[in-house]
Amino acid sequence: MSELLQYIVTGLTTGSIYAIVALGFVTIYSVTKVINLAQGEFVMLGGMLMYTLSAAGLPYWIAFFLTIPLVMVFGMLLERIVIRPAKGADALSLIILTIGASIFIRGIASMIWGKTPKKVEPFTSNDPIQFAGASVTPQSLWVMLIMLVVVLGLYFLVEKTVIGKGFQACSANPLAARLLGISPARMSLLSFGLSAAIGALAGMAIAPILYPSFDVGLMLGVKGFSAAIFGGLGSSPGAVIGGLTIGLVESLGAGLIDSGLKDAIAFGVVLLILLIRPSGILGEKSVGKGGL
Amino acid sequence: MLSTQPMLQVEDLQVYYDQIQALAGVSLEVHEGEVVALLGANGAGKTTLLHTVSGLISPRKGKVTFKGEEITRYQPEKIVTLGIGHVPEHRQIFGTLSVKDNLILGAYHHYKKTGKNKVDEEIEKMYELFPILKERESQLAGTLSGGQQQMLAIARALMTNPKLLLLDEPSLGLAPIIVKEVLELIRRLRDELGTTVLLIEQNVFASLKISDRAYVIQRGEIVKQGSSRELLDDEEVREAYLGHKAV
Ligand SMILES: Nc1ncnc2c1ncn2[C@@H]1O[C@H](COP(=O)(O)OP(=O)(O)O)[C@@H](O)[C@H]1O
Ligand SMILES: [Mg+2]
Repeated sequence: MSELLQYIVTGLTTGSIYAIVALGFVTIYSVTKVINLAQGEFVMLGGMLMYTLSAAGLPYWIAFFLTIPLVMVFGMLLERIVIRPAKGADALSLIILTIGASIFIRGIASMIWGKTPKKVEPFTSNDPIQFAGASVTPQSLWVMLIMLVVVLGLYFLVEKTVIGKGFQACSANPLAARLLGISPARMSLLSFGLSAAIGALAGMAIAPILYPSFDVGLMLGVKGFSAAIFGGLGSSPGAVIGGLTIGLVESLGAGLIDSGLKDAIAFGVVLLILLIRPSGILGEKSVGKGGL
Repeated sequence: MLSTQPMLQVEDLQVYYDQIQALAGVSLEVHEGEVVALLGANGAGKTTLLHTVSGLISPRKGKVTFKGEEITRYQPEKIVTLGIGHVPEHRQIFGTLSVKDNLILGAYHHYKKTGKNKVDEEIEKMYELFPILKERESQLAGTLSGGQQQMLAIARALMTNPKLLLLDEPSLGLAPIIVKEVLELIRRLRDELGTTVLLIEQNVFASLKISDRAYVIQRGEIVKQGSSRELLDDEEVREAYLGHKAV
């Protein structure tokens, strides 16, 4: 019983990270229809920059809040240098471009940071809290909290602000948006910046649990992407459900069946869902809506 | 009524889609306070002309001047801020957003400057002009009927605070009784809000009735122009466009 609870806690923690990464995919996709497979690299950069800045002697929270704009600038550069010049290319070419960009970024990262994982301190003292026989680290709670903050922040931005409505307008009808003075080019840039910030948050939140190395973005990117697809790609609630489901399936699969099979089990469940509902669990309702 | 300098001046506009010429040297002008109709068959180049004026397409040759400023190669996002509102063909409302959000987005380019309270007041004004939109305020725009969507598209463009309103076939696909309502509204916009209008229509008779002047475009060229009254009596126009409708 307490073992099961432990698997669930672990699953919810990694699932929250997958959910945040998935929200990054959704943010870019719903504004620009670009599937940015370099999303995982934002996560990697978040963890690595956090490590470098605090190792350079900056106070922990200053390093934290400096990492976010740095990764944002990085996301915007990616949009300007890689995505913008390819405007009008078909979806598949754009995906391939983002894969190329992510390989490039990973290569540079391995040159800068080497191949060894980096140790990053937790947000707060990390003495596990005992809870019904399971132990929960405060960092796990932070991860879940950050996921909630990202979800609510995105909801507020997209639904309640004029900029957010502009995001939705560009997604629904770019031509009509331009005639109202809403620039799809600028919204695309903003969505990459926003998505990079979200990725950076995920990277910093998970770093104390999963010491990051240059290639951490690959697996997190793939899992986050699966979560986004699972949830319907254009849907934020779908991304969260997708992330948590994959995290739970993975952790329960590893604990109850075989830890070597955890990825196979997670992807198996995603494939199964997509066979039953090709548009993802919340797909039909939300695709094209933009944002949430 | 005609001031000396036209509000909108289009000179020798040539527009191509790859090799295909869509406009072959079009010139026209719209003066402040006028309702000008641009008439022509399907494929004549009417939409292309409006797209060029509002910056969605760049011309190969020619010049567009608005209130004395050359805007030929400006981006649409900039042109709307100068005071040209464009109601595009097929309405193009944001179907997945609420009616009210569509109107808020109309105010996008001046939202910060105007402020939320003032924008809300402007939206209320639109509701006075189009009471049905008030009733449907929180409904998704995609659930409106064709006529209501057209009203919303016009109201959304008015929210940009245009001096000149470009209307691309507002009567397309509407029931005849709604067509009449929409066209009468255009007249009211000019009379009540002082909006200058360049109207594209295939509905020749009705648009000649509500406009002051008109141009007839054929295969990318202006083939006739004059006061709407003259054109209503013009033999060729009557034969080509009015058929049995004109009695
Ligand atoms: N995006 C486009 N690509 C290629 N040709 C186009 C495009 N849009 C319009 N055309 C062509 O340009 C000409 C004028 O079209 P348009 O301006 O839409 O006419 P109208 O609005 O008067 O019906 C037509 O021959 C049309 O086929
Ligand atoms: Mg047309």
